[in-house]
Amino acid sequence: MMEKKKSSYEIQAAEEGTILPLHSLWRGLRANKLAMAGLTVLVFFIAIAIFAPLITPYAYDQGDLLNTNRPPSYKHWFGTDYGGRDIYTRIVYGARLSLWVGLASVLISVSVGSVMGLLAGYYGRWIDMLNSRLFDILLAFPSILLAIAIVAMLGPSLQNALLSIAIVNVPTFGRLIRSKVVSLKEEDFILAAKSIGMKDRRILFLHILPNCLTPIIVTGTMAIGTAILEAAALGFLGMGAQPPQPEWGKMLADSKDYLLKAPWTVLFPGLSIMLAVIGFNLVGDGLRDISDPRMKRG
Amino acid sequence: MSEWLEVNDLKTYYPVKKGLFGRTSETIKAVDGVSFAVRKGETFGLVGESGCGKSTTGRSILRLAEPTGGTVLFEGQDIMKLGKEELRRQRRHMQMVFQDPLSSLNPRHTVGKLLEEPLIVHGLGNSSERKRSVREMLEIVGLPAGFASRYPHQFSGGQRQRIGIARALIVRPKLIVADEPVSALDVSIQSQVINLMQDLQRDFGLTYLFISHDLGVVRHISDRVGVMYLGRLVEVADKQDLFSRPLHPYTQALLSAIPNANPDAKRERIVLGGDLPSAAQAPSGCAFHTRCPYAMELCSKVMPRMVERERGHVVACHLDQTGNEAIRC
Amino acid sequence: MLAYTLRRVAMLVPVLLGMSIIVFMIIHAIPGDPAVIILGQKATPEAIAELHASLGLNDPWYVQYFSYLKNIAGGDLGTSIQTKTAISKEIGPYLAATFELTVFSMLFAIFIGVNAGILSAWRRNSWFDYTAMLIALIGVSMPVFWLGLMEQWLFAQHLNWLPSIGRVNARDPVESISGFYVLDTILARRFDQLEDVFKHLVLPGIAMGTVPMAIIARITRAGMSEAMASEYIRTARSKGVHEFMVVYKHALKNAFIPILTVIGLQTGMLLGGAVLTETIFGWPGIGRYLYSAISARDYPVIQSGILVIAVIFVCINLVVDLLYAYFDPRIKHR
Repeated sequence: MMEKKKSSYEIQAAEEGTILPLHSLWRGLRANKLAMAGLTVLVFFIAIAIFAPLITPYAYDQGDLLNTNRPPSYKHWFGTDYGGRDIYTRIVYGARLSLWVGLASVLISVSVGSVMGLLAGYYGRWIDMLNSRLFDILLAFPSILLAIAIVAMLGPSLQNALLSIAIVNVPTFGRLIRSKVVSLKEEDFILAAKSIGMKDRRILFLHILPNCLTPIIVTGTMAIGTAILEAAALGFLGMGAQPPQPEWGKMLADSKDYLLKAPWTVLFPGLSIMLAVIGFNLVGDGLRDISDPRMKRG
Repeated sequence: MSEWLEVNDLKTYYPVKKGLFGRTSETIKAVDGVSFAVRKGETFGLVGESGCGKSTTGRSILRLAEPTGGTVLFEGQDIMKLGKEELRRQRRHMQMVFQDPLSSLNPRHTVGKLLEEPLIVHGLGNSSERKRSVREMLEIVGLPAGFASRYPHQFSGGQRQRIGIARALIVRPKLIVADEPVSALDVSIQSQVINLMQDLQRDFGLTYLFISHDLGVVRHISDRVGVMYLGRLVEVADKQDLFSRPLHPYTQALLSAIPNANPDAKRERIVLGGDLPSAAQAPSGCAFHTRCPYAMELCSKVMPRMVERERGHVVACHLDQTGNEAIRC
Repeated sequence: MLAYTLRRVAMLVPVLLGMSIIVFMIIHAIPGDPAVIILGQKATPEAIAELHASLGLNDPWYVQYFSYLKNIAGGDLGTSIQTKTAISKEIGPYLAATFELTVFSMLFAIFIGVNAGILSAWRRNSWFDYTAMLIALIGVSMPVFWLGLMEQWLFAQHLNWLPSIGRVNARDPVESISGFYVLDTILARRFDQLEDVFKHLVLPGIAMGTVPMAIIARITRAGMSEAMASEYIRTARSKGVHEFMVVYKHALKNAFIPILTVIGLQTGMLLGGAVLTETIFGWPGIGRYLYSAISARDYPVIQSGILVIAVIFVCINLVVDLLYAYFDPRIKHR
């Protein structure tokens, strides 16, 4: 049933003169209600991140020491924190940081992982050995612990947290691409490309990489959600964003001592992280079901 | 113009990794010491059962599979000795047509892009010249020029193979290795594609190395034919000689299996006993001795050499025609 | 199986070496003088020189690495800068505390996750299925530390049902024999204290166990749905096997391997999450040990803490792989 549907997407796409994987994924996504719900959440967060200055009444670092830890009210929708700063404003600006860290770190992981996976899968031999061993080593750490180790080397900051999360996720994409390349390079059209006299670079980036795009998009979407969680965790441990940056994890860490007195200071940042991650997970689940009908058990 | 493409003692082995630390314990000898020569302008047919190494031979000659040993002389130049970039440039003159055109054409590209790409790769012409040659080439292989904007999966099998041929031909090569080019097609379409290939050979002065398991097709298109069994050539001869007087028992068995057009001709079908042995454990001596109806003790011990039994008719067998023990090597 | 085990263990050697290099780099890749970073800008030159000598920072890096390798191979994990005690001596109780919490969380995660997954698969598309899968989705998307904080707020501070900090009531400490308080209190026949220990386990255990619970539930549901649709389940039903046995015996047996794998992998992942959960709940485990070392820039402890957790993680993954190969013989012949 799914098979049939999928091929009809492809034919439609082809008739419109393009056959990009994005196209068939998008068609599938539109039919998946949960994924569309997730996408709506994501669009919402992206929108508030873009229009943050327009929809917030205060500056995110503007404190009011006479109004600390105030409960939600008409003036402060989500209340104020221990420094008297408006939590709603900080959450909205925090969306910028979290989405930025999630997107940028995954983009870095995908780029580095793709190149490493392409080289390892295509050339094999020692390049493959070296890459695979490196991936084994990186994957031998629980991910958050490796991120902590890297931040411990680089020093705590949002940039370094982003970088460490990117490094931690490289093996995920490296292995994904490698296995895809290993199977693709046996395909006749790659052999045909060689027989025509194409350079390796052209084969790798114009013929192999585009055919890896679908699994990259699926895994990448999920990875953004995980990256946001990891960034929040690093922020919570004081190894990520530094004050006064309104990073959600850091906000939780700073407010946790006022838990009894002002639970809203803890509630809203956590809810925001959760919602954003749910959005990425729903879209990721949906994309996976569309791209690989066998994975959908039902 | 003889010996235009010369293949000498070509070997392509694949290691099979096994055991505790992935040491190599077995070697698959896909091609094991194959030698033959192709003359300019002719069609050399390479036949054999599937798994006999005929495809690997074709790919090894183009170095699409890296050979383990041997030499390939193309217009006097040793292909095996070419550096990476030299080889890449050389590929312009030696193209390949694949069995399954659908899998050998990148499904994400339009036909126009697929045909243009070889020209881009070899830096031939500017954009508008390339576009023009794509249209011309489509017409040469009998397709409307307007098909350039379509994708491979929108075509029928025969049309796709025409595209595959156009893609090989667009850089005006001298040699085309055609690996089972019609095996995936309906019989009615096969002859159209074969005829097209013959027309193109005449018009462009092409030389074909035509690989197929189908003796009927090979008989139709080839000038000379080589028969392979388990990675080795067992017999090479002119088409007429081979089909009228096959010398190797394996060739005789193969030929006896083709349905005969002339029902009066007396020919008994020779049915081979046993299965095709694995290429990883090829039998000693003559690889065919496990299935050969005339096998002698010698055959399991000594590998027969290729010997020119008649003019232009080479065979690797310890028997002579009449079935008596012949040349010892 | 033996050959596979040997090969799998042999593959660990480069991994462990690589891990030691990364951990070694934690201190040596710091830009600037690590001694200044550890002690702060205001440290006296004498103190810095002393730390240089004790960390061996004056040698070339490869000499330092090999002596580091020799030390950890011999069980010497270095000396804590804060406590001036050998790390190998003080790490034991922390490990025991983490072990106890991990076991408790995993039992919780497995019990709830497997049963919820089974019920969801059994009653597909029912309201139970939808609720369970919604909770599972929230579970995998939630920051563990936030869940912990919300638990503390609701159950400890607001409702005052459960304690939120530590392993046991501080005014009535457990006499440590094995370091595992559940065991220690039973051995000491202090059942009132045992109850207290359990109460302390509940909140951090649930916080830590939620993510594995959600993942186990999803995998169980997927595996069970497949098994339940199979021919032999229909046969078992038609033979009049009791529905409970059909589900819990026949179907579960078939869905068992992926569930076991995910349980193993999640147990390993918990160790990483321990840093967060233990910090919130004041749980004196390895994660909190590491966290306090991070805040105090106690680099030897950061290095060894990470190394110890990672080695345990690798060992758990090894066991998972071997179990997987044992139950699914196809894997050995890859």
